[in-house]
Amino acid sequence: MLIDTSATGLVTLDDGTKILPPNLIITSLDKIVNWGRLSSIWPTTFGLACCAIEMMAAGAAHYDFDRFGIIFRGSPRQADCVIVAGTVTKKMAPVVRRVYDQIPEPRYVVAMGSCACTGGVFRTYSTVQGCDTFLPVDVYVPGCPPRPETLLEGMMMLQEKIRKEHARWSPWR
Amino acid sequence: MEQLEKIFETRELNVNMGPQHPATHGVLRLVLDIDGETIVKVTPHVGYLHRGIEKLGESLSYFQALPLTDRMDYVSAMSNNIGYVIAVEKLFGIEAPERAKFIRTIVGEMSRIANHLLWLATHALDIGAMTVFLYCFREREWILDLYEMICGARLTVTYPRVGGVRNDVPQEFLDSLWKFTDEFPSRILEYETLIDQNRIWLKRTKGIGVISAEEAVSWGMTGPTLRGSGVPYDIRKHAPYDAYDKVEFDVPIGTEGDTYDRYRCRMLEMRQSNNIIRQCIEKLPPGPVMADAPKFTLQPKDAMFPVTHPTKQHAYYIEEKVCKGCGMCMRACPAKAITGEKKKPHKIDQAICLQCANCLAVCKFKGLKIVPGGKGLSEDKLKELAAAPLPEEITKATAHLVEHFTFVKRGPRAPEGELYVATEVPKGELGFYFVSDGSGKPYRMRLRAPSFIHAGCLPRLCVGHLVADVIAAIGTIDIVLGECDR
Amino acid sequence: MAVIEVRLSLPPKGLEAKEIAEKIKEKFPDQVIDVAEFRDQVSVIVKKDQVVPICKYLHDDPLLSLDHLQDLTAVDYSGKKDVRFEVVYNLYSIKYRHKIRIRAQVPEPNPKINSVVPVWAGANWHERECFDMFGIVFTGHPDLRRILLPEDWEGHPLRKDYPLKGPGPENDWPGFIEVLNRSKELKEFEWEG
Repeated sequence: MLIDTSATGLVTLDDGTKILPPNLIITSLDKIVNWGRLSSIWPTTFGLACCAIEMMAAGAAHYDFDRFGIIFRGSPRQADCVIVAGTVTKKMAPVVRRVYDQIPEPRYVVAMGSCACTGGVFRTYSTVQGCDTFLPVDVYVPGCPPRPETLLEGMMMLQEKIRKEHARWSPWR
Repeated sequence: MEQLEKIFETRELNVNMGPQHPATHGVLRLVLDIDGETIVKVTPHVGYLHRGIEKLGESLSYFQALPLTDRMDYVSAMSNNIGYVIAVEKLFGIEAPERAKFIRTIVGEMSRIANHLLWLATHALDIGAMTVFLYCFREREWILDLYEMICGARLTVTYPRVGGVRNDVPQEFLDSLWKFTDEFPSRILEYETLIDQNRIWLKRTKGIGVISAEEAVSWGMTGPTLRGSGVPYDIRKHAPYDAYDKVEFDVPIGTEGDTYDRYRCRMLEMRQSNNIIRQCIEKLPPGPVMADAPKFTLQPKDAMFPVTHPTKQHAYYIEEKVCKGCGMCMRACPAKAITGEKKKPHKIDQAICLQCANCLAVCKFKGLKIVPGGKGLSEDKLKELAAAPLPEEITKATAHLVEHFTFVKRGPRAPEGELYVATEVPKGELGFYFVSDGSGKPYRMRLRAPSFIHAGCLPRLCVGHLVADVIAAIGTIDIVLGECDR
Repeated sequence: MAVIEVRLSLPPKGLEAKEIAEKIKEKFPDQVIDVAEFRDQVSVIVKKDQVVPICKYLHDDPLLSLDHLQDLTAVDYSGKKDVRFEVVYNLYSIKYRHKIRIRAQVPEPNPKINSVVPVWAGANWHERECFDMFGIVFTGHPDLRRILLPEDWEGHPLRKDYPLKGPGPENDWPGFIEVLNRSKELKEFEWEG
């Protein structure tokens, strides 16, 4: 069916789903807003275990993070994303969830390291088998620990994901 | 004054320095009871990184539990491995060859430098000197590149093995390391120029966290935290292991027992480590790097290549005359390729056979053979080939394969007993207490971590100081939560 | 110069471990059950009643001076020995460079032993960890509560009858089940893409 792309707002299709028709204004705004968001991802410092050291090394001078616009912020209220670096234990899980809840939208989660992806080596009574049991993860970066370059590639993939987002800034999301 | 107090009704404030905090070196939670800005009581809460390593170690063999120790004190991974390996070697009663001992000393001292660099980086960053963080990471990257040269991993290396080290060091590594030791003292001078005589640094570290010698020993402190108070306890001198009795080095001992003395101790220790590495490179003897104790160590895989290399066209064959039909191989085969009735010779279906050696390891009657050049041949041709006597290298390689297989699966049989072995890691004294019941897995594996004890001393160090001094105190005891919580 | 570099010479070696065991046997003859040796390390197995006087004697005696408590832990011998738990003290003397190990047997129903915090202040956290992992109660401890696991965790993990992977997702720690439920509730507000 033909959609009237000059309409602003949602358009109802035949089968009842509502979509936002792609037109010049919306796609240009998409491009600009997404470019702004992906060029300045500000993670909150959340290093738990060994992967935190590789995250620090990625932020130091050799494998600089700052050249991509990634600055570490201390408080989750001022941050964009959380990089869960290290093993999540059951005692720590409520704290992780609370920090994630405090980040304002739009927010992203990067699970760094095997322990955050799936529990890693530690198949025990006190380790959560992957932080995706209670968090929606966007990018998984495996490795034990992943090299700083691997983490950089993970952030690149997150940037690609943000670039493809459609109308997340709009009131009809 | 009392009237004023009654009007204002001051009371103590309870502040939580939560597990997520830029300054708490990992997931440490402190609950501070403060009166104004002065601390009345500190309660540390640990356990946010408790992964159950001790219980996990009880279900793995001694070789399999080695990578778990990497993840304890993750900033100086080689030292943990060395501590574990020395304890297990003592339990088995074997000794590493000379070259391996010197190599272990070299990498142990490199990890000491790496640890102190990271300690200085985070301690200075917390107190406010951010440039030192970037400078220290520059040196640390150099050391991690050197680690990558010998074993391929940067952080969680598993390079020291039971009986020696994993592989020999290339000459390129020794040349690079020599250049590093030439340049490193000037870099330490750079850091010291930045902070040593700096007024802010002195104000924030002198007189903070003072503890006397007897109290420090009673609280169980070890390592530079203890030596800053004047107690001459260094396990490398008291009970030397590896090549520490063959090199000469000094041990810095403090006098005041405050944060500034502990800082000076660690800076001088870095210089001493540099010195030790230079002496070890000069004195490095030639020879093997793995002990010759086939009952307790994993032999290098080259010995098995004649039968396991993927380009070989071998086949697994059961000899009819020898096979008693007990069915053990049938049960062990994961691909269900062996068929046969009880008490009759069994047969392997060559099409399904994975060549995984499970059957070879359980056969007690030596009825299984690896026939060279037999892959893809028909049944009769295989029988012909098998009838001929096998060359010696194939039988030897088969024996190695069976041994290696049982080692990895079941673990080497350790003698019954218990022992406690301590080594000097950069943070203090790392102790391993093993109770062995004669099987291949430890019955009780206890890791005495220095960070756990030092985190318990925080209440004693912080009382009476201001809130900002808590950060300096956490930095000076040098804790890492992976080790503290295990 | 506040910090001095010292070419540490080894202090003269004190007593052999066996001699220390003999001394303990002389002083407390009815408490010592056995003396075991393995790879030059001697353990003295004692009953749990007089553990604090024994430790005080070893700490205060000027010829022994075992002032450094290297490690305090416990072992669960369920099924292998008559007495289920053993609390192990690894002691070392910084002055004389000698060491000894004391193993105190703690029988099963209501495992209890006196706390050695009055002798070494550092035993505080060690004993809390033993209580957390094994369930052994240390009478006289200033603040006995769980340290590595959450306060309301049920069960003592290092006992041999506790499964490695935990008691299963239904009997899990209630705090974690709460997190899972909350994340299910909040799932409807997440960005689907």
